[in-house]
Amino acid sequence: MRKVKALLTFPPTDIGKPITYHLVKDFDLWINILHAEIAATKTGKLVLDIEGEEDNVDRAIQFLEQEKVSFQLIDGSATWLEDKCVHCGACTSVCPSGALAMDKHDWSLVFNKEKCYVCQLCVKACPLKAMSVSI
Amino acid sequence: MAFKSFDEINQKIKEKKAVVVTADEIKRIVEEKGSKQAAREVDVVTTATFGPMCSTGAFLSFGHSDPPIKMSKVWLNDVPAYAGLAAVDAFIGATELSETRGFEYGGAHVIEDLVAGKKVKLRATSYGTDCYPLREINTYITKDSINQAFMFNPRNCYQNYSAATNSSDRTLYTYMGTLLPLFGNVNYSTTGELSPLLNDPLYRTIGVGTRIFLGGAQGYVAWQGTQHNPSQVRGENSVPVGPAGTLALIGDLKEMDTRFIRAAVFEKYGVTMFVGAGIPIPILDEDMARFVAVRNKDIHTNVYDYSVPSRSRPVLARVSYEELRSGTVSLNGRKVPTAPLSSLKVAREIAIALRDQISRGEFLLQQPVMPLPLDTRQKVLDVVADGEVSSK
Repeated sequence: MRKVKALLTFPPTDIGKPITYHLVKDFDLWINILHAEIAATKTGKLVLDIEGEEDNVDRAIQFLEQEKVSFQLIDGSATWLEDKCVHCGACTSVCPSGALAMDKHDWSLVFNKEKCYVCQLCVKACPLKAMSVSI
Repeated sequence: MAFKSFDEINQKIKEKKAVVVTADEIKRIVEEKGSKQAAREVDVVTTATFGPMCSTGAFLSFGHSDPPIKMSKVWLNDVPAYAGLAAVDAFIGATELSETRGFEYGGAHVIEDLVAGKKVKLRATSYGTDCYPLREINTYITKDSINQAFMFNPRNCYQNYSAATNSSDRTLYTYMGTLLPLFGNVNYSTTGELSPLLNDPLYRTIGVGTRIFLGGAQGYVAWQGTQHNPSQVRGENSVPVGPAGTLALIGDLKEMDTRFIRAAVFEKYGVTMFVGAGIPIPILDEDMARFVAVRNKDIHTNVYDYSVPSRSRPVLARVSYEELRSGTVSLNGRKVPTAPLSSLKVAREIAIALRDQISRGEFLLQQPVMPLPLDTRQKVLDVVADGEVSSK
């Protein structure tokens, strides 16, 4: 079994394609949608956890390439540049995974990398530019 | 009747005998000993805030070049500064944007760079006069190479502020941070029970002339702040429910520390500045001990829907800071995550730093030379035709 986290991007013209359906039905993959940005006129974005047999994952990646869906592996999590952080907490209410939270004792920011979906909402929400994502 | 005067407290501070605690610490003391005993034992309570405050800026006086120039337009690292003043004076406002880098860099960054001791590019142009013949200058300055650099913030230390949410179906990027669609979150911005004017709700000890901690330096309350609105609705404890009093602050930028003064960028809104302000409150009598004992559960604010593009946004709920600090509030029967925009962690560091400075006898209290008004109201700006308003 193999589990990967990936960012799928596709042109606005392809938002009608049932990509996740094919991943589940044709390749027997377990799909968990962590973040989705789909709108009629915009480039579509999907952040997925993909789990399945090694061969099936590889074949699914080939399928996505054929479908002109850009597939980028996401390694780990967002990066917290602690030196820049003032521990205001502005990032915490937009974080859907609970990876960013305030320590209720000393009110410092706590970043639990394991929980991070790499949805990137914190990157825009941080006024000190202390969160970054490189995919 | 007063237990103590400013002079008596200052005498104790000079003798290093003053009992000084932070606004966090006093709550427990009053709870355990009662306000009467707390007022007898404690001399000074330190309060603090460290949040984004747009109405921030600095006056700079560059010195005269040879030949001299009457600067009429000034840029600092490509950020325009206001120069409609004497020949080599300018005001750099925190929210002004760079003409070359846009939202990425603004007046607040210029201020932070100056505080950090970095060199800043100065460009100025002029129409030239008989006494100031030079028409353009390009050079570099630091805080040490120029004559004066003092921060003057028309509005800081808001006494309470509204919380923000978003009922629309799209993400909003505001000065209250990122507001997710369909009531996805609630953001708020005050340090609550540690915040200066929430501990002195009727401005009994904080007024014009009060000596304060500003960005790491000693500064002063210069005036009532802009939008000072003491007539805001108040609870039984005199604490306003929503934005009320404000302070105009002044302090020496050259003495500041970037730990307590930081540039910030709010996505699709613009540049602003986190300003660290600490204000000591003398416990003159039992009433002051009662005021500084205020807890987050007794401080309330309204939650507004920022998707309504109007001055009068609908109030969705009234919540306490205890609820906001818990991490979720109930909105339309649903639990909505909350986030602060001001840093309680850094504000606590400021309250502790100020407490220690006073305890060591390095910081004396200054009695206000004039109280802040308690009866003014905030006005609005209406669009009127020339004939609808008459000059006096």
